[in-house]
Amino acid sequence: MKNHEIKALLLKAIQEIAPEIELEDIDLEEDLRDECDLDSMDFLNYLIEIKKLTGVKITERDYPNVNTFKKMLAHLEQNIA
Amino acid sequence: MTETIIDKPPHRQVTSNLTDYHECYTSFSTEPPSAVSDLPNRPTINIAYEAVDRHLNTDIEDKLALRWLSKQDEIVDFSYRDLAEQTSRFASVLHRLGFERGDRVFSLAGRLPLLYISALGTLKSGCVFTPLFSAFGPEPIRSRMEIGEANVLITTMGLYRKKVASWWHELPYLKAILLIDGSGELEEGCYALPELMDQGDPYYPCVNTQKDEMALLHFTSGTTGKPKGVMHIHQAVEEHKISAYYALDLHPSDIYWCTADPGWVTGTSYGIIAPLCMGATMIVDEAEFEVERWYRILQDQHITVWYTAPTAIRMLMRAGSEIRQGYDLSALHFIASVGEPLNPEAVIWGEKTLGLPFHDNWWQTETGAIMIANYASQAIKPGSMGLPLPGITAGIVKRNEQGDVEEVHKPMEVGELALKQGWPSMFRGYLHQSERYERCFNNGWYLSGDQAMRDEQGYYWFVGRVDDLIKSSGHLIGPFEVESALMEHSSVAEVGVIGIPDELTGEMVKAYVALKPDVEQTEQTLQALQKELKGFARKRLGAAVAPKEIVFRQNLPKTRSGKIMRRLLKARELGLPEGDISTLESDEQ
Repeated sequence: MKNHEIKALLLKAIQEIAPEIELEDIDLEEDLRDECDLDSMDFLNYLIEIKKLTGVKITERDYPNVNTFKKMLAHLEQNIA
Repeated sequence: MTETIIDKPPHRQVTSNLTDYHECYTSFSTEPPSAVSDLPNRPTINIAYEAVDRHLNTDIEDKLALRWLSKQDEIVDFSYRDLAEQTSRFASVLHRLGFERGDRVFSLAGRLPLLYISALGTLKSGCVFTPLFSAFGPEPIRSRMEIGEANVLITTMGLYRKKVASWWHELPYLKAILLIDGSGELEEGCYALPELMDQGDPYYPCVNTQKDEMALLHFTSGTTGKPKGVMHIHQAVEEHKISAYYALDLHPSDIYWCTADPGWVTGTSYGIIAPLCMGATMIVDEAEFEVERWYRILQDQHITVWYTAPTAIRMLMRAGSEIRQGYDLSALHFIASVGEPLNPEAVIWGEKTLGLPFHDNWWQTETGAIMIANYASQAIKPGSMGLPLPGITAGIVKRNEQGDVEEVHKPMEVGELALKQGWPSMFRGYLHQSERYERCFNNGWYLSGDQAMRDEQGYYWFVGRVDDLIKSSGHLIGPFEVESALMEHSSVAEVGVIGIPDELTGEMVKAYVALKPDVEQTEQTLQALQKELKGFARKRLGAAVAPKEIVFRQNLPKTRSGKIMRRLLKARELGLPEGDISTLESDEQ
């Protein structure tokens, strides 16, 4: 999968939980939970969407490596089969 | 409910502040603990003095009072002396800007050092402090600031731009916005707080407030109507101290971490005031919950007393016990939970995985402090909220035919949980709603709105709410506030909002929406509309309040007077008996 395709999937996962968010609202290097106003339940649902759309399962240990848009993108690029 | 009892080893009873519960409870009125015994007879009390200035010129003035951990793992330390000077600076800033004793100072910010300093500095200046949760959307923020007649708002540039900038000039009493990260040229009425602090007076004296003077105004949700401003007085600090001493077993030598956000009452009473009053060291983490981060903080900061919430505990459980093995938590000696009833499995998980059981306790915004608790020295019945604090009389009550409440003495009979009125941190009113306040009391009892029962040993067990309020992640959400926001959407005809059980957050907000007849209702348009409504609600209410699930109905069940029967929606959602439906006029479709 190409970078821009993964990026689109990532945005789609966010919008499933927070439909009001557009890409330009997000500072790609800031904590995604703050940027997109996600509470703990929203964040878990967002990870479920990521799994659904990309097949990549994010575990608790991965959290520090996926807490911004940019980090998640890099993590998905590395792990997408 | 379970018959499991977790007993405590004998050494626990010796080292705890509360050694023998029954003896302590009985002797409390004649022999209060020395930690608070000098307070009740003084005409003037100031919470900030008790928390900070009181420790000046004592052997703890240079002790670490507050350690702040940033998201990027920087550490900023404040001694009691530092806090005294910083809070004085803030109090002098308010004075210089022309604010006077009794004026209302609101905060809307993440866990930043200046939030803690301004909370205490506000109290020091004799102004009234109101925290708002930074995850609120613009509407809950605005309605609370309107009702509370806010004069000052402390916030960050980001939150100001996103949630406040477009409407604050419409609020007649609001005169100043103090920006924690502000600098340089700012809009009119906005000030860079760091610059003002630099010019502030580090020795500005603490105002001698009367003990019945308003100190805190906290907001809580109602089932109908707007949020309620719950008024607390400076004397409440007596109960903050008593409860920290007994229910949190806090000693001056403790390193204490309260994970609650200061946007809510727990984060103020136990995340700012109580630990400082006790002369302990408190840890503040700016970042949001993350499993490994939390274990690392418990380990690296040598936390001894930890006060957290069921949602966080359940997320730790979800991550599994293996992850915990990599951390040394040997410093930890007391852990407690509040927000909503902690399920027995979580109490036992604590015992198994952390080596300590969680001590659940119960209180509300209105009670100002912990009222019922499980204690360090006492056996725990997992799932129970525990026993009333020394000085607190609790009871299970029911209304008789005359409408007066009477205490129920039979064990395990369900009734409303009530408290004998008059404890120091009892709320003194709902702002501008005296009738609503009066309705909370009957026959000398404060009625909590929670249904509960008491067993033969006097332990209390939570059963449910008597009203429609939703408890999600420990936050009370008023269905009316959610319904009102959705009703603003042009396609919506009517809305009913309920809480449905959720494993992680206790309850989850769910909205039932009936659309206006002219709205096209194909599968595709409905799907798009569902998303649109979700975003619409989130924008206005914020993640903490907005519904997580929205479903469509042709019609919602209503009474003759057109009131939506949330109770019926909930019974049907959960497959429970529908109960008395004689008032049902128009049914769900």
